[in-house]
Amino acid sequence: MSINQKIVNDFIKNKIEFVTTVPCKQLAGVIDEIEGSKDIYHIPSNKEDEGMGLCAGAYMGGKRSAIIMQNTAIGVTINTLVTLIQYYNIPLPMLISYRGEIGEPVACQVEMAVHTKALLDQLNIPTYHFHTKSDADELDAILNHSFMAKKPVAILTDASFWQGA
Amino acid sequence: MIRSDVLKTLIPMISDQLVVSNIGLPSQELHLLDDQPTNFYMLGTMGLSSSIGLGLALAQKAKVIAIDGDGSVLTNFGTLPTIANNPADNFILLIIDNGSYGSTGDQPTYAGMKTSLAKVAEACGCDNVVECPAEDTAAAVKAALDGDKMTIIVSKCESGNIKVPVIDMDAPVIRHRFMAEVSRRNA
Repeated sequence: MSINQKIVNDFIKNKIEFVTTVPCKQLAGVIDEIEGSKDIYHIPSNKEDEGMGLCAGAYMGGKRSAIIMQNTAIGVTINTLVTLIQYYNIPLPMLISYRGEIGEPVACQVEMAVHTKALLDQLNIPTYHFHTKSDADELDAILNHSFMAKKPVAILTDASFWQGA
Repeated sequence: MIRSDVLKTLIPMISDQLVVSNIGLPSQELHLLDDQPTNFYMLGTMGLSSSIGLGLALAQKAKVIAIDGDGSVLTNFGTLPTIANNPADNFILLIIDNGSYGSTGDQPTYAGMKTSLAKVAEACGCDNVVECPAEDTAAAVKAALDGDKMTIIVSKCESGNIKVPVIDMDAPVIRHRFMAEVSRRNA
């Protein structure tokens, strides 16, 4: 089973039926897998805060939701995370490509990478860093944790993780 | 007619519908006029009423009316292509377009100048776009509720606000109450 299939299987196991995505090169495979899944409604969004609005609405409609995005989106979504997702106690797993880590070819991506964990820490968002393939063994439990706690969680997936995958 | 006048005319037909209401005065006015468990009040996050409404409409069967403002649609323009390309026939987006940022002191928006939100919505691919004067809004909402087609209504009204208290209810209480009602309607 590919890592992309494993991720989507864990989504389905946790009854996630509504996923919004803003693409990243590292996430292309998992986005294809989401698009191809008959169990998940895939709705691409134009900006990540819009995507979080869609997810909040779907959750209130009875469908567990998740967002797939790049770490640059943390800069776009702080207000939405704080005043919608956290303020209303809405669970939201965020599968995030952690651009700007070791192996990154684009220097500018490092500029956001150096702030990513500090920002998530400042927001008190439980954060998990997937660096090697076996780190994904915990995904099922992380997703379960997000819905149990009704909180957003961040799963940072770096270049080493995707290369080893 | 100003926004609160328009809302008043809508109460008889939206009172028993799922409503997602925009941040600031629109939510406060709706709360004052007709607080219902079917109302989801946004206390923060400008711009996302239409996105929350669409997500809700796609996830369940009951009709959903998202009440938005021209300023909020301008700040989340990406919502219109998403709505157009993911049609939910139980979704009505009502944009109360008073050409101003009402909650912050009536500063003018571009929608009150050269920009037509109805034309933008059409250009984004939305199929049923209705622009109407304020006094025809109730009829347009009724027609949309009676039909089974996703509809975008742009209600052109005057700028201006009434004095309303802030909403005292806690956010998780608003969500919990709303979700119980959504669940009841989908049982």
